[in-house]
Amino acid sequence: MQIVVDSHSWLLAAAGGVLIGSASALLLWWNGRIAGISGIFALLFLGQRSGADRLWRGLFLLGLIVGATLCSRLLATAPLDYRAADYPLLAASGLLVGVGTRMANGCTSGHGVCGLARFSRRSLLATLCFMSAAMLTVFAIRSLSA
Amino acid sequence: MKLKLFGALLSGLLFGAGLAMGGMTDPHKVLGFLDISGRWDPSLAFVMGCALLVTIPAFALARRRGAQPLGDERFHLPTQQRVDARLIIGSLLFGLGWGIAGLCPGPAIANLGAAPLAMLVFVSCMAAGMWLHDWLDALPSARGLHTRNHLS
Repeated sequence: MQIVVDSHSWLLAAAGGVLIGSASALLLWWNGRIAGISGIFALLFLGQRSGADRLWRGLFLLGLIVGATLCSRLLATAPLDYRAADYPLLAASGLLVGVGTRMANGCTSGHGVCGLARFSRRSLLATLCFMSAAMLTVFAIRSLSA
Repeated sequence: MKLKLFGALLSGLLFGAGLAMGGMTDPHKVLGFLDISGRWDPSLAFVMGCALLVTIPAFALARRRGAQPLGDERFHLPTQQRVDARLIIGSLLFGLGWGIAGLCPGPAIANLGAAPLAMLVFVSCMAAGMWLHDWLDALPSARGLHTRNHLS
């Protein structure tokens, strides 16, 4: 293993982490809610939810898109380069992420950032599982395509 | 009510900005972080680490007796404690999907602005997967295997 040392991206990552943590703390202390994005998204269209409940979910996700777009503009981040040939893999990956996060009741934000902060045993196990599965998947794909 | 909507929007804006600043919205970077056998880019560990530095005290304070959020009568926190097969299998499936494209739910939705068409493919399939899960879960054969307990 070779470790990429890039202090500039470490600094941006740390600042991004503080922003994400602050956003989660804000949603917790303002709305009393966990900033778990798979759950916020899923209950936008699943389950018996009131209009007001769906509205805050929609606004959070709208903010997510606008915030990321503005920040990428400001930092002049390189644009994403997707082609139509990538779509089948994106579709398969999206389907797995959807089934998996719904079954496990959370993703990187809900289990990773909020669950670990609550010292939840479930979230710790979930995080270990999805991290190792993702690392194994990348390892398998890169070994096969090398 | 209006207060809560403003809180949600503001939190979303900050969250999205954090994802973009931290590099989470760049799938190449995410895959570089997950690739521990090759040239490992550890920077995304700082994202989670620094986020936890803020969320750990925030949740600790919320657990104190009498604590109440600004715009709601109570904190809506998960109550489920039991580790079950659904948690493990679901997380493994999620990890498999995450490792294929380098996208987890937050960054995929956040990128709807940067790459609308590609992310629409991902996000609509993600929604379909969630719906499919709930549909399978509601089938009579799935009943009794577990108790449903989703975040309220």
